[in-house]
Amino acid sequence: MSPALRVVEPGLLTAIQDLGRTGYQRLGIPVSGAIDSVALRAANVVVGNPQGMAGLEIALVGPTLEVEAESVRVAVCGGATVLTIESANGDARRVRALESVTLERGDRFRIGSVEGTAVAYVAVAGGFDLQPFLGSLSTYVRGGFGGLEGRALRKGDWLPLKRGTAPDRADLRLEELDLPPAHLVRVMPGPQDDWFTCEAMAAFLGSDYVVTRDADRMGLRLDGPRLEHTKGANIVSDAIAPGAIQVPGNGLPIVLLADRQATGGYPKIATVISADLPALGRVSPGAKVRFAAVSLEQAEAARVGLEARLRGLEQELVPIGPRGPELARLLSLNLISGVTNAQHLEDDEPPSMR
Amino acid sequence: MKLLASGDTALVVEFGDTVDRQINAQVLALAERVDAAAIAGIVETVPTFRSLMIHYDPTVLPGRVLRDHVERLLDGLEGVELSGDNWVLPTCYEGEDLAPDLEDVARGTGLDPAEVVALHSATTYRVYCLGFLPGYPYMGDTPDKLMLPRRETPRVRVPMGSVCIAVGLTGVYSLDSPGGWHLIARTPVRLFELRRPRAVLLKPGDRVRFAPVPREVFDELEARAAEGRLPADPVELAALGRAA
Repeated sequence: MSPALRVVEPGLLTAIQDLGRTGYQRLGIPVSGAIDSVALRAANVVVGNPQGMAGLEIALVGPTLEVEAESVRVAVCGGATVLTIESANGDARRVRALESVTLERGDRFRIGSVEGTAVAYVAVAGGFDLQPFLGSLSTYVRGGFGGLEGRALRKGDWLPLKRGTAPDRADLRLEELDLPPAHLVRVMPGPQDDWFTCEAMAAFLGSDYVVTRDADRMGLRLDGPRLEHTKGANIVSDAIAPGAIQVPGNGLPIVLLADRQATGGYPKIATVISADLPALGRVSPGAKVRFAAVSLEQAEAARVGLEARLRGLEQELVPIGPRGPELARLLSLNLISGVTNAQHLEDDEPPSMR
Repeated sequence: MKLLASGDTALVVEFGDTVDRQINAQVLALAERVDAAAIAGIVETVPTFRSLMIHYDPTVLPGRVLRDHVERLLDGLEGVELSGDNWVLPTCYEGEDLAPDLEDVARGTGLDPAEVVALHSATTYRVYCLGFLPGYPYMGDTPDKLMLPRRETPRVRVPMGSVCIAVGLTGVYSLDSPGGWHLIARTPVRLFELRRPRAVLLKPGDRVRFAPVPREVFDELEARAAEGRLPADPVELAALGRAA
């Protein structure tokens, strides 16, 4: 049987995402992709994948998956979200975010609740053996395409894997990455900032906005001071950039995220800079955000900085635990995994506390 | 003509602020030039009515450099009229379920429903651009007598295939979706169909006419479309419209 992960429980909204489907917005096809691309990229680094490989995006409550392969290496990234492993032999233990773990046939792993962020990602070494649609595995549920049959995971699904065995390398981890939900968000005014009064721009940049319950992969509706238009709220529809902040007739801004439509007819007061957009994928309803204007040069410097940081992640990988490289090497030879399992249980505390 | 940044990953080249074929022709001409120039760091171009958005990767192509490229490419730009395909879409303007806003539109425009149908179906529309939904065409221009604003309250769910009008334009919902335009008919033709090699049917520059068909014909064609058996070829589709 070909290697797979079997979906024991699907979680609330779990779907496959990569870094998005570019090149088809002119056909009205949204880019989609991970709303926290940094977390997906970090999860991929931990399991040794290229950063843009598709993983599972998990909202609120995650899935339980069973390994239907000889072995598989996985990792989770997203705030303080942990993996709970239930081994085929009855052992149970927890693995913290940004730490890879190698599982064997019959093992189950569960992502309980997503902690400290809105979405977490599970990366699987080698990725999923699925046919990309228009060059991407990103799921666009509304259009019914991408990922697994264009939808969120369901109980009983099989996620086919590219690899039948985990790579021949020790499990590794990254030290804490500071990936908090956005609070102070840098924007560049425009492209339709001239459609708003000076008072509106001052209020937009000088006030807290609260993320409402209308927050999903398409966008975040915000509540706060209403922004007054000078020439009405309807423009001749034009294209929408990632992070564009449109303001419809009610004066309340909407930040557009991964599943945004390719075009729209509301004026856009500002656009979130690309370095700060992943952090907006981490915010939950009730969170406060505040916007600050920066220049194109500042935005580009921030993005270049972020990319340098992400490029350097591979070098930051370290062997797991205080026991050092020797243990990691032994673990990679599968000689003492039973011992460490027992130790986890005795400690009765999450590995992140070690 | 204005160059406007939309953040650090998109540049808008705006030729005007109205729906206008000459302006749209310039947008499409620039899109062709930018695509042909194959500048490293450009991710994709999205032409709309009156502006071109260039999505780019700022770590490869800084915004200032992109602006220089664009200014060079704008030099001597002339609008192109694309040689698109001619489509005739069989369309049913009957019934409260298929044409729920026909009476409202008639009232709002001071016409009777038959005149609305006659005006809408006698016009050949041009696809300005796609957007809003996968494969959703913004087409124009509707006859002046059919000019209406959007509905005051958008619908939560508009069925796929609904033919709609608003703000001087006409469109066809390519998926079930929320929507605020007036629904005056339905076509069985899928403008977005994953089972087809060409998932998106229309493209900018195509010309589209709606051919009224009676309910029985719509129902039969709809059943075929649901099974993925409706042709996606302009000539074959036009023949279906004529046969009806």
